[in-house]
Amino acid sequence: MYAYDELDRTLINERVEEFRDQVKRRLSGELTEDEFKMLRLQNGVYLQLHAYMFRVAIPYGTLSSKQLRRLAHVARRYDRGYGHFTTRQNIQFNWIKLAELPDALADLAEVGIHAMQTSGNNTRNVTSDQWAGVAPGEIEDPRIWSELIRQYTTLHPEFSFLPRKFKFAITASAHDRAAIKVHDIGLRLHKNAEGETGFEVLVGGGLGRTPFIGKTIKPYVAGRDLLSYVEAILRVYNQYGRRDNIYKARIKILVHELGIEKFASEVEEEWLAMRDSALTLDQAVVEDVRSRFSYPAYEKLPHMPEELKKAAHDPFFERWRKNSVFTHKVQGYAIVTLSLKPVGGPPGDATADQMDAVADLADKYSFGEIRVGHEQNLALPHVAKRDLPALWKALDKIGLATPNINLVSDIIACPGLDYCSLANARSIPIAQELTRRFANHDTAELIGRLHINISGCINACGHHHVGHIGILGVEKNDEEFYQITIGGRADENAEVGKLIGPAVPYGEVADVVEDIVEAYLALRARPDELFVDTVKRLGVEPFRERVYATR
Amino acid sequence: MTSPLQQKIKITGPSIVTANRTIDGAVIYRTAANGWSTSLSDAAIVRTAEEARALLTESVADDIGAVGAYIAPVEIKDSGKIKPGNLREHIRLQGVTIDLPVSA
Repeated sequence: MYAYDELDRTLINERVEEFRDQVKRRLSGELTEDEFKMLRLQNGVYLQLHAYMFRVAIPYGTLSSKQLRRLAHVARRYDRGYGHFTTRQNIQFNWIKLAELPDALADLAEVGIHAMQTSGNNTRNVTSDQWAGVAPGEIEDPRIWSELIRQYTTLHPEFSFLPRKFKFAITASAHDRAAIKVHDIGLRLHKNAEGETGFEVLVGGGLGRTPFIGKTIKPYVAGRDLLSYVEAILRVYNQYGRRDNIYKARIKILVHELGIEKFASEVEEEWLAMRDSALTLDQAVVEDVRSRFSYPAYEKLPHMPEELKKAAHDPFFERWRKNSVFTHKVQGYAIVTLSLKPVGGPPGDATADQMDAVADLADKYSFGEIRVGHEQNLALPHVAKRDLPALWKALDKIGLATPNINLVSDIIACPGLDYCSLANARSIPIAQELTRRFANHDTAELIGRLHINISGCINACGHHHVGHIGILGVEKNDEEFYQITIGGRADENAEVGKLIGPAVPYGEVADVVEDIVEAYLALRARPDELFVDTVKRLGVEPFRERVYATR
Repeated sequence: MTSPLQQKIKITGPSIVTANRTIDGAVIYRTAANGWSTSLSDAAIVRTAEEARALLTESVADDIGAVGAYIAPVEIKDSGKIKPGNLREHIRLQGVTIDLPVSA
C-alpha cells in the first residue's frame, strides 16, 4: 500500500471543497452547464442516460480494505448499493445525485481516494499490473513508477488541457497484464545489457475509433530520465496534436501521421533540451516514494501446507484453485483472483455487501490489501496457501468464487446502452447471455483461455478490438447490430482483431459466438492450442465460413 | 461543443424535448406548460421543425433546471398513449434492461 503524505491529503481535501463550491454555484444558477461541464468532468462526474455517473480512481489498481469499505459506503449511501469496476482500474457509480457528490467526495477523501484524472483531456489514472509487487520474475514493483507519474501529472498545468485524454500503463513483467500496448504511453520495466533497470517506452497505442498498437519510441530510458522523457513526449503531442477534430486528436493519430521515426526525432530533440533539468529523478526521490509503499511481513511457510493437501480432495475446491489461484513470488503464498463475472451477472459489478465482505477477507487473509485488474476482476495479492480452503468457502458464500478466470465467460464489457449516453447498443445483456451459454465449467475448461470483450460503441471502453473475440455494438435503422472480430489480444503480443463478416442482430450474437467456438474446437491443432493461436495460424476465413454459411 | 440550437432540426414524426434534471440527472420531458415532468405522458408533442425549435429554445433557456435538452422521436398510439420512438429513449424512460445487482 502507498501511504499519502500531508501534501496529498491537503490536495485532495482542497479539491473537495473547491468542487463543493462549484456544485453550489451550479445549482444556484451562478454557473451555466457550459461553464460547469468541464469542472464536473475534472472531478469524474459524467452525465449518463438516467443520472450522473461518478468515476473514482483506483491508481495502479491498489486498494486498502479501509478504502474498499468506503467505496461500499458510497455505493450504499449515495447510490443504489453497487459499483462497476472499469477497464482502467476505476470504479463507477451510476445513480449519484449532483447535490450529494461533494459529500461523497469528502467521504472518499478521508481514506485517500479521489476522482482526479478520471475524465477530461488530461493525463488519466495511471494503470499497472494488478499483480505488481507480488508477481514472480517481476523486475521491480511498477507501482513505484506509477505513483511517481501520478504525482507528476496530477493537476500538471501544461497537461490539463491536452488535445485529448492521455493514458499511461506500466508493467514490469514479461507477461503484460496491463495492456501497455494499447495505451498512449506504455512503459515496460526491463534491464539493459549492462544489467541496469530502465524502461522501454511505447507510444501511440489506443483503441476507440481508430485502433493502433503502440510502437517502441525508445528501447531504454533510465529511471532518472523517465519524467523528462515522458514530458518531452507530452510536449510534442501538446504542440502538434490536433484540436480541430476530436476523432483525430489522440496521440496515436499524430504518431501515425508523422510516422514513428519523425515523431521520435521530435521527442528526442525536445528531450535533449530538457534532459538534465528539474525533472531528473534523483535516487532519493525514488526511494522516498518507494519507502511510502508498505509490504507485508511474510512468514516462512511451506510450499504445500497440510490444509491444501487435505482440501485437494474436494473437486470443487480444486477446480477453483487451478483456475483462480496464481503463483506468488514468496513461497507459501498465492495471488487469488476474485471473479466479478458470475453466470448471468453484469461483468465488473460488485454490491456494497460484497465489497465489505472482500474488505473483511482482505484483512483476514491478504494483509488488508485488494487489487483491481483491467479485466474487471478483483484480486487478493498476499494469501497464505494454508488459508486458501477457508478463503474459497468464504468467497463462494458471497458469489465471488466462480472458477472462470481467463475462460470464455470471464467477459470484459462496458456499461453499454443500458447506462451510457455514448453507446449505440447494449453490452451487458450480451455478456449475460454468453455467460449462460458457457456456464458449464467442463466445456469452458475444454475451450481454454478465451477472452471475449464487448463494447457498446466505437469508443471501445470494453476493449473489443483486443478481445480474442471482440463484439462491437452498432446501430442500424434504430436496431442493435454487432460487429464481431477475432484474433485480437492485449498482452505482450498485442494485436487488433479482424472483422469476421457483416454485423449480426442482437438476437444472433450468442449463436455466432458459439459457432466460432465450435469451429475453433474443430480446427485447433491440439488441445492446448489457444483460440487466439488457432486464429493466428489459420486466419479469419475458416471461422467466417462456419458463421456465415447458414446465415 | 455545438449548441443544440445551432444544429439543423429535422423531424419525421411526432417528437418531444427531453433532458436530464440538473440536481440529480433524472430523465425529464418538457411539458406544454413551460415546465418539466418525469412522465412522458406529460410531454409536449411537436410535429414540425418550427415547433420543435421553439420547444427546444425554451427548454435550453432553463439552464438551471435541465441539462442537455434535445429533440427525441415518439410514437403516439391509437389510444393516445405516448411511447418512446427508439431503443435509447425506451431505456431512458423504463430504466436499464437488466436486473440491478443487489446485496444478498
